[in-house]
This record gives sequence, structure tokens and C-alpha cells, in this order.
Amino acid sequence: MNVIAINFAYIISASLFIFGLKMLSSPATARRGNFLSATGMLLAIIVTLANQGLDYKWIAAGVAIGTVIGLFAAYRVQMTSMPEMVALFNGFGGIASLLLAWGEYHQHPELTAFIAIVTFLSAFIGGITFSGSMIAFGKLSEIMPSKAIVFNGQHIINAIILLTAVASAAIFAINPADSYAIFLLIVVVALIFGVTSVIPIGGADMPVVISLLNSYSGLAACAAGFVISNNILIVAGALVGASGIILTNIMCKAMNRSLTNVLFSGFGATTQAAGTGPQGEVRPANAEDVYYILEAADSVAFVPGYGLAVAQAQHVVQELGELLEENGTEVSYAIHPVAGRMPGHMNVLLAEANVPYDQLVEMDDINPRMDSVDVCVVIGANDVVNPAALDEETSPIYGMPIIETHRAKTVIVLKRSMNPGFAGIQNALFFYPNTRMYFGDAKASIQALVAEFKGD
Amino acid sequence: MEPVFLTFVFALSIFLGFELISKVPSTLHTPLMSGSNAISGITLIGSLASLKADNMKVAIVLGTLAVAFATINVVGGYAVTDRMLGMFKKKDEGGSK
Repeated sequence: MNVIAINFAYIISASLFIFGLKMLSSPATARRGNFLSATGMLLAIIVTLANQGLDYKWIAAGVAIGTVIGLFAAYRVQMTSMPEMVALFNGFGGIASLLLAWGEYHQHPELTAFIAIVTFLSAFIGGITFSGSMIAFGKLSEIMPSKAIVFNGQHIINAIILLTAVASAAIFAINPADSYAIFLLIVVVALIFGVTSVIPIGGADMPVVISLLNSYSGLAACAAGFVISNNILIVAGALVGASGIILTNIMCKAMNRSLTNVLFSGFGATTQAAGTGPQGEVRPANAEDVYYILEAADSVAFVPGYGLAVAQAQHVVQELGELLEENGTEVSYAIHPVAGRMPGHMNVLLAEANVPYDQLVEMDDINPRMDSVDVCVVIGANDVVNPAALDEETSPIYGMPIIETHRAKTVIVLKRSMNPGFAGIQNALFFYPNTRMYFGDAKASIQALVAEFKGD
Repeated sequence: MEPVFLTFVFALSIFLGFELISKVPSTLHTPLMSGSNAISGITLIGSLASLKADNMKVAIVLGTLAVAFATINVVGGYAVTDRMLGMFKKKDEGGSK
């Protein structure tokens, strides 16, 4: 097939990617969109294989290995482990771009200054993405401690690394043909930089980090596209890059923190000095009390946090939701953008437990009508419902958008004990007059409610 | 001229990406990420095209590794996204067990 025909086919592929992403704007069309996008990829692969002079033996080997690992991972992964999987895949995308740039440079070391610079970018961003993602994976899967690792002189070390990278890039761009050692240095520096930039970031901030690495993996693919002058890599890489940037931005806003703050401050390491917080009388409730409250309610909104998934309580919550609906109650699930450990994670966990997607409500949609909600049931969430974020300027989470459950007529908080949440802050919500505390393990507590409903 | 042309394509794609992705509801952000993992496996196209039969040994090793990693992204990314999106159901099409 000639080059022009191949490039026309790439235009069709790019269009299919774009339509695929457009169809992701609704859960009803999303699956077909993903299929379209995959079709676009398949088309691009097939026409590329029609190129002349390819080494099919090695291509077959690489594709076979990749397909087996990819399929195995895709069908074996638990939905609770999606953040780890996305982190790993970000890393693989990064390393593929690094290897591509390296292979191209090895084969054709005579580069123009422009190609040298994009080769540097492809290897450097790819390297950071790879090692950074491996650290993120280690933290998420708790192979390594998930808390922020901060040490003295961290910023100085990072500055030295960056300076080395810039200097090597300059030498490399001036005389690429004789700078093989410099190129290897760039690869090593990139890998180190990925590690040193992710280890100071705490577990609670991982959603921001994987979004950012997602963006990097796209930008690395973009840079690789410049290296081999291939439009389809540039278009697809840019789409992914933009997607990652938007998600990063959403996550930062939802935590009321700037990106620089997330990347350089080491949350959790600094906020432990939070004061004793609000005190007051707590009104406990048992399963029977909660049952009567729920039974009489016209509308119930569940507010799940990651604690729900830790307790594996999604399925019982869904069962309770269904019983409530049979009872004539309007049921919804109000989901904070940072619930779960990656953007949209909680939605997937609930969808897996057969909660219909029309019951999944975003924070900005439920807050305006919170006054008319009869009962909010808070399960495994804490900081994202803390009213201190709205009115207490000294609070470390002040300014963070929350689900304003305290404005509902009644709030039921499921909690193991009175221990403060992730950010180490006591929650004023627990002492509100309309709040009832329902202590115990989330799963067992909900099961007790289900039993109450089934009992009569 | 070529660098200018490529950068032109890049700039427009970034803007297009912002437009498209900002319309994705937060419910679908996890499938969006795994799906964009698959799309960033586009490096596969470059890796395939650069694995020429007359390449040097080192380039073959690097190229084959790049193909393998990128294929994991493409295949795994699309498959897991499909699996996940299959879980999102409307109330009347089987919200109950």
C-alpha cells in the first residue's frame, strides 16, 4: 500500500477515535464509542502492517506477548484495583514511547535539531511516565508505603536532575550523531526523575497523580509522533494528553488544592497538627431506629466513600436501595469527585454492584436540591461531607467542595468509631442536631437494615 | 515546513481534546482513563512502522519491546474499558438481579 493511502486510512482512524470519545459523553452510548475507537485502532494497525519491508517475525512476537498479557490483565483485574491497572498501563504507554524514540535514534543517529529535541522529549517524558507510574502502582497496591516520603533537600535534588536534563538535551540537540552516551544519560535521568517526583506524594493524592501520568503518557506518544513524523500518533497522543490534563484539573478542584501544592507539599505529612476540632453530643442509633427513619422517608440519598469499597458493602447497599424503592422511596447515590481512588472509581464500583447509572448523581446536581432530601446515608465517607469545609476558615480542608448532607432533613452516618478521617480532622457533621450515628462495620450494619426490611 | 505542519496538527488536536473530554460526565471518568490508556497505545503504530527487516540488532530488541508494551496498552485498555462499560446499566435493562 502506498504512503498516501496509508495516511488516508489514518485520517479515518483519527475520526473514529474522536467519535468514540464523543460517545463517552453518555453511559448509554459509551460502550459503542469504545468499540468504534477500537475499530479505528485496528484499522490503523492493519494498514501499518501493509508497509513495505517490515520485520514480521518480531512484530508477531511482540504483538503476541502484548495481547496475552493485555487480555489476561483486562479480564482478571478486580474493579477495586482499577487504579493500579490504569497506573501500570500509563507506565507501559510511557516506556513504549521511550523505546520507540531510542530505537529510531539507534537506527538513524543523524538527526536534525528539531528531531533531536522531540526525540529527547519522547524519551524523557516516556521515562518519567514509566518510573513514576511504577511508583504510583507500588503505592496504590501497597507494595510500598502509601504515605508521602519526604526528605531534606528533595527540591534541590529535583532541581539538579532537571538542570542535568536540560543541559543534556542541549548537548544532544547540537550534535546528536556523537551523543549516544548523552542519550543514555537522558534515559537514566528521566527514570530517576519519575521516582523522585512521585515518592513525595501521599496516598490520598494518588487520583491527581494517575490523572497527570495519564496525560504524560499521551504527550509522550505525541512526541514519538513528531520523531517519526506520524500524524496519527500526534492526534491520538494529544487527545489523551488533553484528557489527562482535564481530569487532573477536576481532581485538584475537588480537593481545593493547586497542582503545585499536590506535587510539592506532601499532604498528610503536613496537616497532622490539625486541632482537636468540634466537640458536642453524639446521637447514636441502632438498626431498628435507622430502619424506622428510612421506612418513613420519601427520598434517600446514599453518600458512599472509599470505605464502602474497603468493607465490600456495595452489593448490600444496592440490595437496600432496591428494598427502599419497592417501599416507594426515591433512591439516589450522591458521589463526590474524589470518592474512591481515581476519578469516577466509585461509579464503577456501584455499577458493578448493579446500581443503575441513572441513580448515580454528581455533587453539583444534588447540592442545590439537598434541602428536599429526607435522609442522607453517609457510608465510609468523612472529609467530603465535613461542613467545616464551608464555614471554618482555620480548617485544613476549608474551601473544598463537599456534598452538603447536613442540609438534608436527617443524616445517618455509618461509622466504625469516632476516629477522624483521611485528613485527620474531626467532623462537625457528627454533632449536628439532625445527625444520627450508626456505629459498626459498614457491611454488617447495612445487612442488619436489609434484615429489618425483610422482617416485616 | 514539516515541523510547522506537525505542530499545527498537535495544537488543533489538543483543543479538540479539551472540547471532547470536558463533555464526559464524571460517572464515566474511570472508563475514560482506561480508554485513553488504550488510545495512548497508538505508539504501537509507530513501533510497527519502525521495525524494519534490515534493522540493527539493538533496534530490533528495542522495537519488539515497544511493540509488546504498546500492544498491552491497546488490547488491555480496550478490553477492560468494554468490560467496565458493560456494567453500566439503566434501571429498566436489568438494574436488578
